[in-house]
Amino acid sequence: MKNTGEKIIEGALAFSGLITILTTLGIIWVLVSESFSFFQVVSVSDFITDTEWTPLFTQKHYGILPLLAGTFLTTAIAILTAMPIGISIAVYLSEYAPKNFRKSIKPALEVLAAVPTVVYGFFALTVVTPFLQSIIPGLGSFNALSAGLVMGIMIIPMISSLSEDALHSLPKSLREASYGMGATRFQTAFKVAVPAASSGIIVSIILAIARAIGETMIVAIAAGQQPILTLDPRDAVETITAYIVQVSLGDVPHGSLAYKTIFAAGITLFIFTFILNNISFWIKKKYQEKYD
Amino acid sequence: MTKLKQNRIIDSTFKYFGIFCTFFGLIVLAIFIFNILTEGVQRINWDFLSNLPSRRPAKAGILTAWTGTAWILGLTAIISIPLGVAAGVYLEEYGKKNRLASIIEINIANLAGVPSIIYGLLGLEIFVRTLNFGGSLLAGAFTLALLILPIIIVATREALKAVPKSLREASFGMGATKWQTIWYQTLPAASGGILTGIILALSRAVGETAPLIVIGALAYVPFVASTPMDEFTVLPMQIFNWVSRPQHGFVINAAAAIIILLLITFIMNGIAIYLRNKWQKKVNW
Repeated sequence: MKNTGEKIIEGALAFSGLITILTTLGIIWVLVSESFSFFQVVSVSDFITDTEWTPLFTQKHYGILPLLAGTFLTTAIAILTAMPIGISIAVYLSEYAPKNFRKSIKPALEVLAAVPTVVYGFFALTVVTPFLQSIIPGLGSFNALSAGLVMGIMIIPMISSLSEDALHSLPKSLREASYGMGATRFQTAFKVAVPAASSGIIVSIILAIARAIGETMIVAIAAGQQPILTLDPRDAVETITAYIVQVSLGDVPHGSLAYKTIFAAGITLFIFTFILNNISFWIKKKYQEKYD
Repeated sequence: MTKLKQNRIIDSTFKYFGIFCTFFGLIVLAIFIFNILTEGVQRINWDFLSNLPSRRPAKAGILTAWTGTAWILGLTAIISIPLGVAAGVYLEEYGKKNRLASIIEINIANLAGVPSIIYGLLGLEIFVRTLNFGGSLLAGAFTLALLILPIIIVATREALKAVPKSLREASFGMGATKWQTIWYQTLPAASGGILTGIILALSRAVGETAPLIVIGALAYVPFVASTPMDEFTVLPMQIFNWVSRPQHGFVINAAAAIIILLLITFIMNGIAIYLRNKWQKKVNW
C-alpha cells in the first residue's frame, strides 16, 4: 500500500521533469512544421542568398541576410563593449580586490542583469542615442550603435560573473608559483591565470553572444525596423528578433506566408543559439576537471 | 625606466582600470535611474495608478497594466512552482543515475539558453492556437511558466544538494519512506534556497515583454481583467507601447511606468538576496 503511493509520487515527479523535454520538442516541432510550409513556397537558396527582406511589401523578397547582418552588427557591438569590461572586472575581482569587496560587489553587478530589457530599450532610445548624436553628427534616432552599446552594458555581469568563477576556481599554487618567480599581479593575472582559466572565460563569452543574439526589446526599441544589408553601426537595422516583434504587433493573418516568416526567422535564431549553447556545453565538459 | 618599474606601473594602472570597469556599469545604471526619476516621478500619483489607458498622455494611467502584471505573476507562480520544484526533486533525489534524468539535465541546460522570443512562438502555436486560449492571461502565464521553469528547477536542485546526507539517513533510520523523508525533512531544510530561486524566476517573468508580444498581448486594453481567459496587457508592454509613440507626454508616462516596474523588480530581487543571505547564515551543516 505504502509502496504504490511512493510509486505514484515518483511517477508524478518524473512527469514534471518530462515537461521540460516536451517543451524542447514543442519548440522544435512548432518551428520546423511552420517553417516547412514556408520553405515550400520560398526556396532555401533564396532565403539564404537574397539580399532583401521585404515580406510585408508588395514587392516581396525573402532573404534573411539583412536580418542576419542586423543581428550580427548589434551583437558584435555588444560583445566588443562587454568583453573587455567584463574580463577586466573578473580579473580585478579575483586577482586584486579584497575578499569582502568581491563578496559585496558581485550581487550588485547582478542588478544590471535583473533590469527588464524594455527598460534598457527606453534607456538606449532616450539617453544614449541623444548623447551619441551630440558626438556623431547626422546619427539617426534609430541606430545599431546605441542598441549594441546598451546591450553590452546589460551582458557585462554575464561575462564578469562566469569568468570570475573560472578564475577563482584555479588552484592557489599556480599563482604562488608565478609570484615566486617575481611576477607582478598583472603579469600573473594575464600570463598565468587568464590562460589557465581560458575555457571558462570562453564559455562566458559564448553564452553572452547567444544572449545578445536572442535579445529582443532593446533592439526593437532602439535599433529601428529597417532590414538593410549593412554593417555600418550608424545605420538603423532590423534584427531577427525585432522582425518577429514587428510582425506580431501588426495585423498579419494567421496562416499567411507573412505569418510563417516569423517561424522561418525563429528557426534561424534557434539554430544559432542552439549551436552556441552546445559549443559552450562541450567546452565546459571537456575542460572542466583539468585542475581537480 | 627599468623594466621592473614599468611592470609595477602597469600593475597599479590596471588596478585602477579594474575598479573603473567594476563601477562603470553601475554608474551608467545610476545615471539612467536618476534620469528616469527626474522625468517620471512627477507623473506618479493616484490617478496614474487608477486610470485606464487613454490617447491623451496626461489622462492615461496604468491600471490595466499593473493589474495585468499582478494576474500574470500569480498565474505564472501557480503553474511554474509545483512543476519546477517537482522536477527539481525528481532530478536530485530520484533520478541520480538513470538515463532519463541525464537527458532531462542536458535538456534543461539547453532550454535555459533559448531566447525568450522563441518561447513566444511556442506559446503562440500551442497555447493561443492549438489549445485555443487566445491572447489571454492564461496563454501568457503558461508561456512564461515554461520560460522560467529551468530557473526554478536548477535552484531547487542546488538547494537540495546543500542538504547533508546525514539528515536523510536519520529520517530513513526512523523508518520513514523516501517521500516522507523528502516531504518532512529535505524540502523544509531546502526551502530557503528554493524560495530564493522562485522569487528570482518570477521577477524575470514580470519583466518579460517579447514572448507576450508574440502571443498577442495587446498594448491597449481598456478594461481590468477579471478572469484568466481575459485579454490583457502588462507593465512592460505598456512601457514598450508608450516608448514607441512620438509625443513627449508618452515618454514621461513611460518613465513613470518604468519607476513602478523597477520598484517591483528591485523589491523582488531584494527579498531574494535577503532570503539567500539569511538562509546561508542559518544553514551551517
